[in-house]
Amino acid sequence: MSQTISLKGRLSARRSFIDGTFRLFLYLSIFISLGMIFWIVSSLWSQAGWLLSWDLLTQYPSYDIDNAGFQSPLVGSLWVVGIATLVALPTGLLTALYLEEFAGKGNKFSRLIELNIQNLAGVPAVVFGLIGLAFIVRGFVKWGFTVGSAAAVIAMLMLPVIIIVSREAIRAVPPSYREGALALGATPWQAVWRLVLPSAIPGTATGSILAVSRAIGESAPLLLLGALSFVTFNPTGLDSPFTIMPLTIFKYASDSREEFQILASAGSLILMAVLFVLNLIAIILRDIATKKRNV
Amino acid sequence: MSNELQTAATHTESLGNNQGSTEPMNEATSGPKIIDPVFTLEEVSVSYGKYVAVTGVNLQIPSNDITAFIGPSGCGKSTLIRTLNRTNDLIPGASVAGKVMYHDADLYDSKASAVEIRRRIGMVFQKPNPFPKSIYENVAFGPKVNGRPKKSELDAIVEKSLRGAALWDEVKDRLGASALGLSGGQQQRLCIARSLAVQPEVILMDEPCSALDPIATLRIEELMMELKKEYTIVIVTHNMQQAARVSTYTAFFVTEVNPLGDLRTGKLVEYDETRKIFSTPLDPRTEAYVTGKMG
Ligand SMILES: Nc1ncnc2c1ncn2[C@@H]1O[C@H](COP(=O)(O)OP(=O)(O)O)[C@@H](O)[C@H]1O
Ligand SMILES: [Mg+2]
Repeated sequence: MSQTISLKGRLSARRSFIDGTFRLFLYLSIFISLGMIFWIVSSLWSQAGWLLSWDLLTQYPSYDIDNAGFQSPLVGSLWVVGIATLVALPTGLLTALYLEEFAGKGNKFSRLIELNIQNLAGVPAVVFGLIGLAFIVRGFVKWGFTVGSAAAVIAMLMLPVIIIVSREAIRAVPPSYREGALALGATPWQAVWRLVLPSAIPGTATGSILAVSRAIGESAPLLLLGALSFVTFNPTGLDSPFTIMPLTIFKYASDSREEFQILASAGSLILMAVLFVLNLIAIILRDIATKKRNV
Repeated sequence: MSNELQTAATHTESLGNNQGSTEPMNEATSGPKIIDPVFTLEEVSVSYGKYVAVTGVNLQIPSNDITAFIGPSGCGKSTLIRTLNRTNDLIPGASVAGKVMYHDADLYDSKASAVEIRRRIGMVFQKPNPFPKSIYENVAFGPKVNGRPKKSELDAIVEKSLRGAALWDEVKDRLGASALGLSGGQQQRLCIARSLAVQPEVILMDEPCSALDPIATLRIEELMMELKKEYTIVIVTHNMQQAARVSTYTAFFVTEVNPLGDLRTGKLVEYDETRKIFSTPLDPRTEAYVTGKMG
């Protein structure tokens, strides 16, 4: 005896309405975020795309449009953010490890630290700049307007974000890894170093990309640290004076001559390209790290 | 001092207590007479904060044999087995009262090292928890954290352990492949191999088959019968047939309502040779449980 079964799904009107609205909002938000990027890039491109050439990367800042370029600010930005990342990434990761794995959970002291870190992440960047100016450029350290001072401030700026994302990544490592390692006679430190840390790296990397991207576009604190000058040579070390991309772009954009405003747009395109490349490198490194763990 | 006790004393020297009493303690505990037990528990209670999970446990666990803990869920079997290698130390608020002797060393002596204890007393968990590494690296993990074995030694240990866990033939051609790609049963045998690699004396297994299908379960049971020639095994199981099939001794636990409050506390009801527990139990609750009328 056979029976005809209809499998034609029919959602109730209410359910299909909710379903459809939700889907609409999803598409809308994707459209808005992609649209914004497309709009920015395409308007920059139509304005300044024709100006892009290797000369822009080999020439130094100048008031003479034919000789004006972005070499020293580009190198300066890479120096400052590179050194800041080298300092902030391991420090932040280790701090997060300490807070997650070793500090007494829930005791007053570590709760205080936690609260502080969350507050620090919300402090306006310019405040970090002021602190840097007072304590690193002039005060105790007297490092002057140098790459070192700037990197120190940017590292401070990146630290809270890196700590917060690393803690999330560490928290996401299954406790069963730790249990398994300890059951084999590993010390807590060995369990962390050999299992928890490698498992947390992809998550940390993703979050740190954001911190680095933000840092490379950061200008307010560096304004206070002496980056707003036409430096016509590349930094040679931590004690060099420097300038950075965002401030050079700003400088060009505030020139009344139209060519310089177009040059500023070209600089923005270069900065975006650098960001894109950095993100790409970070993603590739992360994928390599993930693959290596899963063989 | 008998020869056996002497070896036991030297065996446990590095646990930090070799001046402890070498008197046999059989009189103090109920249950079967066990000669030269691996574990002797006297009036053991384990609490989580103020909540007493299991209390008043006296039992002795023989060497080179399989001892099973059975009882309804929540009666403290896992809690108790975790006190045998100080895995409970990792839970904030967990505390142990009474005496847990490993040979003649007090596991909870302030000088005893939990790390060394866990090296000697391995643990296999309910859910297979291979590390996100290759099969080879999973087995090599224990030897690596416990020293710096040469590559050739490590290769030999890995092969021996995988053979010991009846997994070698299935994985010998893909030692470099991710352990996460193995089936559940294979993963659990890998976890057993992993604990064999550090040459423990005891292997604790907390419901090692509860996440496995019947065929994989059978293989683990066969493996346990093989392993008991060289290792002391304690297994928690909710499967009475399993306890009957593999174990020589069985401890039956229940939860009793605490007379002091409304909290429930685990109690050891009866501990004896498995065949007695299943054929002629002394306590009516044991009989009810093994005949399936309770639990
Ligand atoms: N980490 C923990 N914190 C607090 N209570 C716990 C914890 N683990 C287990 N318990 C409690 O201890 C009792 C015994 O649990 P458990 O040993 O897991 O039982 P079993 O393994 O016999 O099912 C249960 O009431 C359980 O809720
Ligand atoms: Mg349990």
